[in-house]
Amino acid sequence: MTRAKNGTSRRETIAALAFLSPGLITFSAFILLPVIASFVLSLTRWDLVSPPQFVGLENYVRLLGFHREAGSLVPNDPDFWRTLGNTLFYMLTIPINLILALVVASLLNGRVPAMGLFRTLYFLPVVCTLVAVSILWRWIFNPDYGLLNYLLGLVGIDGPAWLVSRVWAKPAIMMVMLWKGLGYSIVVYLAGLQTVPEELHEAARIDGASAWVRFWRITFPLLAPTHLFLAVIGVIWGFQTFDTVFLMTGGGPAGATEPVLLYLYHHAFKWFDMGYASAIAWILFLLMLAATVVQWRVAGRRARGTAEDAA
Amino acid sequence: MMRDAMKQRLARKTERVLLTLLVLIGAVVVILPFLWLLSSSLKGPREMHSLPPEWIPSPARWENYAEIWKGTGLDRGPLGTTIPLLAAYLNSLFVTLSVMIAQLFTSSAAAFAFARLRFPFRDRLFLGYLATMMIPAQVTIIPVFIVLRTLGWLDSYQALIVPFISSAYGTFLLRQYFLGIPQDLMDAAVLDGCGYWGVFRHVFLPLAKPALATLAVLSFLATWNDFLWPLIVISSPEKMTLPLMLNHFMGQYATDWTRLLPATVVALVPVIIVYLIGQRYITRGFVLSGIKG
Repeated sequence: MTRAKNGTSRRETIAALAFLSPGLITFSAFILLPVIASFVLSLTRWDLVSPPQFVGLENYVRLLGFHREAGSLVPNDPDFWRTLGNTLFYMLTIPINLILALVVASLLNGRVPAMGLFRTLYFLPVVCTLVAVSILWRWIFNPDYGLLNYLLGLVGIDGPAWLVSRVWAKPAIMMVMLWKGLGYSIVVYLAGLQTVPEELHEAARIDGASAWVRFWRITFPLLAPTHLFLAVIGVIWGFQTFDTVFLMTGGGPAGATEPVLLYLYHHAFKWFDMGYASAIAWILFLLMLAATVVQWRVAGRRARGTAEDAA
Repeated sequence: MMRDAMKQRLARKTERVLLTLLVLIGAVVVILPFLWLLSSSLKGPREMHSLPPEWIPSPARWENYAEIWKGTGLDRGPLGTTIPLLAAYLNSLFVTLSVMIAQLFTSSAAAFAFARLRFPFRDRLFLGYLATMMIPAQVTIIPVFIVLRTLGWLDSYQALIVPFISSAYGTFLLRQYFLGIPQDLMDAAVLDGCGYWGVFRHVFLPLAKPALATLAVLSFLATWNDFLWPLIVISSPEKMTLPLMLNHFMGQYATDWTRLLPATVVALVPVIIVYLIGQRYITRGFVLSGIKG
């Protein structure tokens, strides 16, 4: 066997290539090259019919720029900002999700019997097909015969027409997101709680610290890597909000619930404005990266350190 | 002294009961929609809308479930079926299993190379693989759509399968697992005259069953539940996967809940079965991966 200077043999390299090629070829064709293509596309105007036209940064200017109109600054594409605002609004579910999940996980981690069963139940919505689940929730939100308004009626509240109301459609969608996403965070927190050493709690208990103090002084800070992980992927998923809204309201009423990814979808697959849609995709990607970097920085070294260890 | 101890034990016990109660209430809130779905799916159109809701429908209309398997408005689906729901089931099953098997194969092969073979640029290449796990689908959907359109693959099974043949996450997962398998085992097998393929096939794959199971279950759920991609590339009802067909039903039967609700239940059954069987692998894999179901 001949060995090259860096300790690799030709035979091994050829074998490696054979093992890698099925994955690598499809990977290049459907992920790597498309990423590059997507950026190139974002510099063009193309409707799939006439040949693509190179327009430089025009799409980005149209997307992000402002112009003067009657003395005040107006965005070139108000719809982009509106839908981006909606997407950010949906992210308000992230802190609620984290708080609820932490509460449930802490309770489960304590002295609750049948913990496994509860975990299974809480996690069930996570794996369920979203389309099926949204049929179910549309039925629950029905103002005339839905379960929710019936239950609200029992306590004397006259429920709104949830999904067709400009005001209430977004909260309704966020309820579904919470319901569907909670179990995931619970399971991640449960895994995090396993890493909190029991001796610390024991020592604090002997020193007379109450359960409340122990939670805030020991458990909560030690969970820093878990908070960070959940916040980061929460925001990453948040930017990709699409299915739930598409299925619950289709973006209506009058665009009130439309997230930015649905806006992208319309540009790409309804109006076949491929260049502009690609530009939206890249702006979203960059926002996502920026948000991740900011969270990473803010989190502090300890949270990062352990998150890196875990990865 | 004795009194104090008893008091403390009592306090502990009440605390425990209270905690359990809280968790139970939360669980009921989470499960309630499912129970309501099950119960409503067995009602007639009139009882379905009656409030307060009857939790145990009497009589239960099991014929709702027979009704949804009747053929309507489908020319010829897979295996020549004219039943939309059955066609969607077969399509979903075929697509999901194909993607799953392909991902298991490509990921484990690539992972073996990354973990146990030496070749130039190995680590840099692996890092590149990993980095793409960060890239959201929205960046790639448009170019992939255009590629498939150029190939004339829109509205075909290939469009649902081929783009998903490789999995960066699966490669990562299996590489980590393979790294934990002692090098001695590989050396011994090589000494015994096993080629690399033999080592991979007869030593590494059998030992990596838990990791393979994790990937299989996650891949199954992700593909089975996917909505956005089939929505973009599939247009004819004969090729629709289950989520797409349900969405199609939602448009078609708008408020015909006696059809929609049983179909919803039937669509959820495989997912719930896979979840209950593969639960152990799912929770571990989900926690590691940060990918959605």
